[in-house]
Amino acid sequence: MTLLLSVLEQGMIYAIMALGVYITYKILDFPDLTVDGSFPMGAAIAVVLIDKGCNPYLTLPIAFVAGAVVGILTGIIHVKLKVRDLLSGIIMMTGLYTVNLRIAGRANFPIYTCQNIFDNNFVNAIIPESLSGYKVVLVIFVLTVIVKLLLDAYLKTKSGFMLRAVGDNDTIVTSLGVDKGLIKIMGLAIANGLVTLSGCMFAQQQRYFDVSMGTGTVVIGLASVIIGTSIFKNISFLKVTTSVIIGSLLYKGCVALAIRIGLESRDLKLITAGMFLIILVLGNERKKKVKAC
Amino acid sequence: MLELVNISKYYNMGSVNEMCLFKDFNFQVQDGEFVSVVGSNGSGKTSLLNIICGSIEVEEGDVIVGGVNISKQKDFVRHKRIGRVFQDPSKGTCPSMTILENMSLADNKGKAYGLAPCVNKARMDYYKEILSQLNLGLEDKLHVRVGALSGGQRQAVALLMATMTPIEFLILDEHTAALDPKTAEIIMELTDKIVKEKNLTTLMVTHNLRYAVEYGSRLIMMHEGTVIMDKSGEEKKNLSTEDIMGTFNRISVECGN
Repeated sequence: MTLLLSVLEQGMIYAIMALGVYITYKILDFPDLTVDGSFPMGAAIAVVLIDKGCNPYLTLPIAFVAGAVVGILTGIIHVKLKVRDLLSGIIMMTGLYTVNLRIAGRANFPIYTCQNIFDNNFVNAIIPESLSGYKVVLVIFVLTVIVKLLLDAYLKTKSGFMLRAVGDNDTIVTSLGVDKGLIKIMGLAIANGLVTLSGCMFAQQQRYFDVSMGTGTVVIGLASVIIGTSIFKNISFLKVTTSVIIGSLLYKGCVALAIRIGLESRDLKLITAGMFLIILVLGNERKKKVKAC
Repeated sequence: MLELVNISKYYNMGSVNEMCLFKDFNFQVQDGEFVSVVGSNGSGKTSLLNIICGSIEVEEGDVIVGGVNISKQKDFVRHKRIGRVFQDPSKGTCPSMTILENMSLADNKGKAYGLAPCVNKARMDYYKEILSQLNLGLEDKLHVRVGALSGGQRQAVALLMATMTPIEFLILDEHTAALDPKTAEIIMELTDKIVKEKNLTTLMVTHNLRYAVEYGSRLIMMHEGTVIMDKSGEEKKNLSTEDIMGTFNRISVECGN
């Protein structure tokens, strides 16, 4: 039961990050490594603000905006300074390591005693005592659903259509008289905003910040996106955003299972990498089969 | 009036493969003219369109529209008043979006792409109406992804999308070349109809000499970066494919092809 709860909690938090990766990787076709830096940045912002006595819920929009700024910077490096997509991400990821240390002030920052978005007077008041063991997962569920619905709504707007168009066929964006570079920057901003938001929630669930907690985030995100979109590809009533969230839960479930059957938590990154490789190879198999038909 | 003044365009500048395509090239198109452009491969037809649209930069010279020099304008700014259809049907549409979504996207050209919903249900009847004039049955497939359509169907949608909003210029880059003869015919007739209805200034590059003769009010033939034949008005009306073919063969022989 604890295992299932922790899978649900972490799976949904990471799902928000995966939605960001979905925007960059699937919609914009931009493998954005900035994520490895912007995820812990959200965590750093969360612990510092909460430690200073800031309302935990206020950390969420602040983290989102900070992430959006980071995304804009990645976008400017790529679009205006014409650096290749992977390299722009690597530059930002490396730089953000220092930025995160500067924000937090140190490499480790626990906030065990402070209130957070899951544990505060407001949440304790509205969730009955009998459900108190589930309050973290309930709060995460509500936040994830809000983020998903907002993203769904955004993707239906004119601006959202443009974002989808630029990844699909950027020639048409130019033909429609719109600067495709600006749209890419905007997409990166939204994506990194979501990733930072996810990091902000993660720090509050774990109740600590660690400067190296971002390593491998992009791989987890990519794995979730690929699992979600390829498994549910043919189920048309399921929105892609929903598939990505389920993908993230499945991914976390697999990792939890791997640890359950005897692997240690220090093997985590290797499991992450190995699983990602398996997912990529399986994905390729499918593509080949389709081509052969 | 659209003017190209003293355009010079080099490819592979500074390398051993340096090639001069245009040198002091001058060209004018009057408002409302429908110009067919023919010529062999490498004669500069597509480069001509790209220069007008700002897709490629020139070393020297100016592009002037209605007396205003637009040489410094970025490509996307110029496209605000240009509709463009490419040879490759996939370039004019978004494959992963439905016909309805594609049409809605194009319908908003010239306005801000803000946070209002893009699909406007009230416009659906209009989309159906313009799709039905194609006779391809697309009006019943509004919710089908464009990627699932055939090349000809896609190109038809692309043409409608390019000409949906008020534009001044229509740029057609061999837009029937990838289609089967019957679909090409449909697309060509539709093009002519739209151009006449909206009185668009049109430049059409084509390898189909019959289309070049049958459609349009002016015909030019390009060769090695110069216009070697320019017929309009009565002269153009009396032109036959044989006449063009004759000139075409003559220059080809001169080149040793």
